[in-house]
Amino acid sequence: MSGPLLVVDGLTTEFPTRAGIVRAVREVSFHVEAGEILGLVGESGSGKSVTGFSILGLIDPPGRITGGSVRLAGRELVGLPARDLRAMRGREIAMVFQDPAATLNPVLRIGDQMALAIHAHETVGAAAARARVAEVLTLVGIPDAARRLDAYPHQFSGGMRQRVAIATALLNRPKLIICDEPTTALDVSVQAQILTEMRALARDTGTALIWISHDLATVSSLASRIIVMYAGRVIEEGPIRQVLSAPRHPYTRGLLDSLPAKAVAGKDLMQIPGAPPSMLALPPGCAFAPRCLRADAACDAEPTPTVAGDRRWRCHHPHAEPTS
Amino acid sequence: MSPAIVEVRNVSRRFAPTPSIGERIAGLFGAYVENRTVHAVDRVSLDIASGEVLGLVGESGCGKSTLGRVIAGIHPPSDGEAFIHGEPVMGGQRRRVKTTTRVQMIFQDPFGSLDPRFRIGATIAEGPIAHGLIRRAEARAEVARWLSAVGLPADAADRFPHQFSGGQRQRIAIARALAMQPDILVCDEPVASLDVSIQAQIINLFLKLRRELNLTMLFISHDLGVIRHICDRVAIMYLGRIVELGRTEDIYTRPAHHYTRALLDSVPKLVTTGDDLVSFRPISGELPSPLAPPPGCHFHLRCPAADARCRSEAPDLRDLADGRRAACHHPLIDDRT
Repeated sequence: MSGPLLVVDGLTTEFPTRAGIVRAVREVSFHVEAGEILGLVGESGSGKSVTGFSILGLIDPPGRITGGSVRLAGRELVGLPARDLRAMRGREIAMVFQDPAATLNPVLRIGDQMALAIHAHETVGAAAARARVAEVLTLVGIPDAARRLDAYPHQFSGGMRQRVAIATALLNRPKLIICDEPTTALDVSVQAQILTEMRALARDTGTALIWISHDLATVSSLASRIIVMYAGRVIEEGPIRQVLSAPRHPYTRGLLDSLPAKAVAGKDLMQIPGAPPSMLALPPGCAFAPRCLRADAACDAEPTPTVAGDRRWRCHHPHAEPTS
Repeated sequence: MSPAIVEVRNVSRRFAPTPSIGERIAGLFGAYVENRTVHAVDRVSLDIASGEVLGLVGESGCGKSTLGRVIAGIHPPSDGEAFIHGEPVMGGQRRRVKTTTRVQMIFQDPFGSLDPRFRIGATIAEGPIAHGLIRRAEARAEVARWLSAVGLPADAADRFPHQFSGGQRQRIAIARALAMQPDILVCDEPVASLDVSIQAQIINLFLKLRRELNLTMLFISHDLGVIRHICDRVAIMYLGRIVELGRTEDIYTRPAHHYTRALLDSVPKLVTTGDDLVSFRPISGELPSPLAPPPGCHFHLRCPAADARCRSEAPDLRDLADGRRAACHHPLIDDRT
């Protein structure tokens, strides 16, 4: 089969609230190739997690997908009946969440709850399921996995629990795993171990990853392409090295410049003025314009995406292309 | 160097759950009762000089917040004492209470640290009025002064916390602490819960306040990038003990303790060029449980240089070259010559 594994086209997700309709994801389009790691970056409220949930059809009513399409290997997922979505989740696309303590059932043994994920999709014997569980746990770096199948989640550390969550996602050999800030709650030393393992896993198993994060440094050492979201829209996309070394959108540039690593110690950091807009009262035109130093009258109109090669951005006044 | 404002002398802080009635009876009959005492802070000594920003770094459970709370007079130490200007932070005999207003604290969560039913003005003025630092009639002007110092309009005083964003609330928490005119500010992960673009604004605010008010700060964080940016000196903690202490630039460029080096190596860096993705190197193994720390050097299970001595004998924090101190039998830099 040719073509990308996942194509998201014009995806829009809305949540009605008492104060009005929140369009958390606005006409988001991107694709994921088989075996690729795609970084999805944005601040809280930018719509990055809702994008992940929308792909899996995990938007709880009254929220709903109001437009666009999500096609996995050519098959449309938006509008699928709940039964078909359930059959797809875990088997074709799996998800790893931020908080491993909330993902695992505290009263079930690790081996038993992971086996449930296998039995949900195919008929296998208990012994075979147990063997497969032990195998994946070993794959994610849990030592002596066969003996720890009977442990409960509370007997595992935070890092080990996140490994269990990742192992569960791998159980049915999905084509795509959506990871929503999977290392944010972990210490740096554990984060480094898990990043190393995820990279090896993606390479060895050919699983594609969407890595949702607010941390540019983490994404830069993992992903090959990056998508930057702001106020529900994709504002920049491209190969990660190109985007991070020469961002075209002023917001991406601002994010990079505000990192302490970019500044001289003790000197003021470059800062983006203001705060992200309320999703209930988005400014007309470009949502970033009120905080943007390059904004002018043209920015009152919504910018359309500009495409150049494999890069894409949404800005009336992008930063210049680097002269090479 | 300026004289020390804060002196921490041999401070330990233990937390032990009250034994249940069953355990107490079992204990009376000589049965084995599991020891569940956590040594959150284990014999720590350090000084903070006037006008200095000292960073306190470590992973979760290393005791950095507990140490900060001992210095801020929230937890009494189990052993040892913390002093500010030579006076103990905690007074009282049987029930120990904080007896100074010279130290104030800023917490991580700006949503939990402000009373939702108090107007901002009341939140900021409450402490100074209660302690007689200002009179009620002066409160409004005083509140406006501190709000403007943290970059908020004076009319913020009449609003409630829910009307502010996370970054603005952290500014309010800073104004509240400053209104007590402390000599030292203990900041416990003050930017950890903020978005990147807002984080930079708050860091810049700390830098500005420091310049204008000659603030002395203990800055607790797990974020090595933030610490490097604003601290003069850094203390690295591991399982309740300080393992390394020194000037920020020295520690980042030439760490002396193997844990410090491993920690620095495990942080992903922003990679903008090249195909080589490897920007970090993980530490092997897991953080041991603080309920049962390993004997000897706490880090020996994960340390590449550990030998028999490290497994049995806990290293003391000792002086190395360039005013550096490290608790390691086999430090990565030379001993004092």
